[in-house]
Amino acid sequence: MVVFSRSPIHSVLYLILTFFCLTGHYILLNAQFLAAVNIIVYAGAIMVLFLFVIMFLNMKKEDEEAKTNLTKIAAMIVAGTLFVILFGAYRKTIVGSYNPYEYNSQVGMVESLGAVLFRDYLLPFELASVLFLIAMTGAVMLGRREVGERHF
Amino acid sequence: MELTEFIIKAIIILVIFGLTLLIAMYSTYGERKVAAFIQDRIGPNRAGPFGMLQPLADAGKMFFKEDFIPAQANKWLFIAGPALAMLTALMASAVIPFGDTIRYDGVEVAVQAVEANIGILYIFGVVSLGVYGIMVGGWASNNKFSLLGAIRAASQNISYEIAMGMAIVAILMMTGSLSLRAIVEQQHGGNWNIWYQPLGFIIFITCAFAECNRTPFDLPECETELVGGYHTEYSSMKLGFYLFAEYINMFISSAVISALYFGGYNYPGMDWVYTQLTGAFGEVAGHNAATLIGTAVFFGKALFFVFFYMWVRWTLPRFRYDQLMNLGWKGLIPLAILNIIITGTGVLFLEPYFSALLK
Repeated sequence: MVVFSRSPIHSVLYLILTFFCLTGHYILLNAQFLAAVNIIVYAGAIMVLFLFVIMFLNMKKEDEEAKTNLTKIAAMIVAGTLFVILFGAYRKTIVGSYNPYEYNSQVGMVESLGAVLFRDYLLPFELASVLFLIAMTGAVMLGRREVGERHF
Repeated sequence: MELTEFIIKAIIILVIFGLTLLIAMYSTYGERKVAAFIQDRIGPNRAGPFGMLQPLADAGKMFFKEDFIPAQANKWLFIAGPALAMLTALMASAVIPFGDTIRYDGVEVAVQAVEANIGILYIFGVVSLGVYGIMVGGWASNNKFSLLGAIRAASQNISYEIAMGMAIVAILMMTGSLSLRAIVEQQHGGNWNIWYQPLGFIIFITCAFAECNRTPFDLPECETELVGGYHTEYSSMKLGFYLFAEYINMFISSAVISALYFGGYNYPGMDWVYTQLTGAFGEVAGHNAATLIGTAVFFGKALFFVFFYMWVRWTLPRFRYDQLMNLGWKGLIPLAILNIIITGTGVLFLEPYFSALLK
């Protein structure tokens, strides 16, 4: 639905629906924290920005210009390859089973997630945060007003 | 789940749901009375004694108006807009702890719809979804003013959500739990979070005003600039849903404020009342009576904040748009970060004190 619908706004709304389905999967997998964060970050913030930009552009009137045959063929090849890769990966996966008697039901909760993140994966976590900081600084630098320039 | 527990839970959920709607309904009445009092008028006084039936009359009027859908509007999204606004407004009350536990027949049921260990994140997520109702409705009505109002609402909500989240982070650092019930229980005995987090409280309440689109942050529906804002094209009960959702949001955010900063259902002298009641009515009935008093106190606090919303609405003028953005990004976010740092330092250096407090 995200790909097929004509209007970009509908695409975005279907994408939000997809995020809700993902959140449902997280809850089924007993990862409540991830579910909530998924809602807050993706559905609540990023998709609002998407919607925001698309509403501003107002792409409703002019339909997309006709694609050339080359684009269509290239898109089909890429999509087909992706499908083959996904299918192959899916077939190769070994579905591990767990012992219901030894399974710890708290495994997806905030406390255990925090313990894993800040004990076993501390360095990657901190590096990721530094990366975010750099990206943020870059965005601020790009958006900064030049001296003497007035935008509005 | 046991049958009795299930029935008690169902009753609690229904009562909370009904009370939320009722309070939202009478907030409209209260708003007009408060406005009238502040402006030295009388306010609604025709329908029923003291105008008490005014909300019913308003609702009846809303239902009987023509339900109009503009010709160029996107029909489905036009209907989905108010529905989404109402849905997200009502969803948030699910995790708010309205009171302690009720004992009946040996089982103990919490006065709360769902006890989630990520309660505050759930509320935060639902609140962040609330903007979709406005955006979808504003875009679908195919009107420049509606679209402008919707875009203002979206940018305002995103900007203030960040500062709000950071204000909550400071609370979470102190309590060490995401569960609203745990946060409330920790404030037992008068050590409410407001004493430890005055700055965080100010940030939080400012952001709550902005999230509810209330004055001084009601730019999305600023009628001098944008006819009526995002609901310009709406009529009948769809408009009613938008307005109603705003009042529900107001009540929910007041409830969250009183749970986070003002001790929820805790009140001074609570233990004394508890022992008196259990002494007078026996263990079970006394416990339940004490719980009911706590719930009443909680609603009292929440209603005070609803009143506070109205008070501010008729006291402060509206911000200009660039002032709004400056306040959000250059004022509140640095303050919130400062608050986090102060709280972190405090927790770290006053560790013995806090650990003694928590035991």
